[in-house]
Amino acid sequence: MGTKVNLISGRTTVQGRNLDSKMSEEYFEEVARCDLNKADMDKLGVAADESVKVKTSYGEVIVKAKEDAGTPEGIAFMPMGPWANALVSGDTHGAGMPSYKGIDAEIEKTGDKVLHVKELMQTYMG
Amino acid sequence: MVEVTDVVCSLCGCVCDDIVVEVEDNKVTKVKRGACSVGKSKLMGHNRIKSPAIRVNGELKDCSYDEAIKKAAEILAASRRPLLYGWSSTVCEADKVGVELAEELGAVMDNTASVCHGPSVLAIQDVGLPSCTLGEVKNRADVIIYWGANPAEAHANHMKRYSYVSKGFWTEEGKKAKKLVVVDVRATKTSKMADVFLQLDQGKDYLIFSALRAILYGHEDVVPDEVGGVSKKDLLETAEMMKGAKFGATFFGMGVTHTGARHNNIVNAIQLTRAAHTHTKFTITPMRGHYNVAGINQVCTWETGFPFAVDLTRGYAWYNPGELSATDLLIRQECDAALIIASDPGAHFPGESIKHLAKIPVIQIDPFPNPTTEFADVVFPAAVSGVEAEGNVYRMDNIPIRLRKLIDSEYPEDEEILKRILDEVRAIKEKGGK
Repeated sequence: MGTKVNLISGRTTVQGRNLDSKMSEEYFEEVARCDLNKADMDKLGVAADESVKVKTSYGEVIVKAKEDAGTPEGIAFMPMGPWANALVSGDTHGAGMPSYKGIDAEIEKTGDKVLHVKELMQTYMG
Repeated sequence: MVEVTDVVCSLCGCVCDDIVVEVEDNKVTKVKRGACSVGKSKLMGHNRIKSPAIRVNGELKDCSYDEAIKKAAEILAASRRPLLYGWSSTVCEADKVGVELAEELGAVMDNTASVCHGPSVLAIQDVGLPSCTLGEVKNRADVIIYWGANPAEAHANHMKRYSYVSKGFWTEEGKKAKKLVVVDVRATKTSKMADVFLQLDQGKDYLIFSALRAILYGHEDVVPDEVGGVSKKDLLETAEMMKGAKFGATFFGMGVTHTGARHNNIVNAIQLTRAAHTHTKFTITPMRGHYNVAGINQVCTWETGFPFAVDLTRGYAWYNPGELSATDLLIRQECDAALIIASDPGAHFPGESIKHLAKIPVIQIDPFPNPTTEFADVVFPAAVSGVEAEGNVYRMDNIPIRLRKLIDSEYPEDEEILKRILDEVRAIKEKGGK
């Protein structure tokens, strides 16, 4: 049974440091993750670095969970990048800007593997 | 070893221009001072795209620049609705050739503003922008507001060089004599420094701008006890802080542009700045992300009349964000080829838009491999602007600054690659190709 959250994304220092190095391991470790409040981590029964499936109406990805006291209960924060954006609608409501923040999402614990960036991009082909 | 001073950083919209590096054997060997960790990482370099390449049977095969230019020009000349996208992590000189190429092709020209501060551009076109240079902020501002922005992580030198932590002509005491207000959904490294942290409910920015406007216009009686997760007490304290400023400066980020009301949020933020003008001096500035996203908006505007999302298929410029922005074009599956330069839609576009981009022929010009490279069909490695190539860029406050060249490159500059593609497209057209 998943937990419903409000998904947002944004920049982090390590994500920025790897803007020109997105195929690196450091970028993967930093960006393929989801920050949650302790209460939400407990609700999901996940510990830090365990995998979670984040699902919206537009897609789903597996990322590592991370506890973050600064993230309020009910909010999930993902560093901006291919994993967060796989969950975003392309619809801009006529304004040119997709809804990158404030997306209804469901999170559940999973044993599935986090896709590396090359594997994730493969899912768009074919 | 040579020490190079006044190096300009080509990473974020801060465009720090006081960096000192050491260069030895045509390599940047040390960043001595001035750069944040993100800028330092850029200056020290990363893995590169090694050779031009063309995708054959699903695999990128190395080729010569001549072969890649020919292939790219053939794709673009044969396209009925090409999209030319990116332009923010390169110099204005390259952007100018990009507009010429878009005119020649009858293409849609869009840049990364459309997924960053595009809503800010729309709001500014609607109600104007009472702004100032970052130098004015440094020398005058004693109340700083960061709204939906986390500069401690995303623009790490911003506070130190220009705002809360900087010391200027009339702000010689630095942060001791300044107030910092942070408005964000999450507690961040920036909010931890704040005198007042307004932790709002996600997406409620518009309500809070409106409540603060009401208070500044003397109508606090209409404001309820809580607005968007923020107490009236905190709103009153913030309004008092704004009123008491000698000079206030608001900076806003993608926490506002990416959320719900989009450009309407920014219109309200600008109107809040105007409300503050009934009490004191106040300015507002978008925290632009890429080092030259402000520059492509400048170049695109002076060449076509519009800053982004410009359609040149009619033979004259047609502007309509929401229809002609890259993500919209892609979800409608309208474009049949794309040239991507100095940006990475593979990482930063919604998955729904990437699906179409992955299907059509894509030409990529970039120094570094990235998710877009995974589906690009023609790839050009380019020199790194600000390290291996010089040129003009515009800082987030629209101040032009010239990037310096620190070392020689084995790769051509973006401008040269674009000019060669443009020449080849013209040659194909002269021969009677599409």
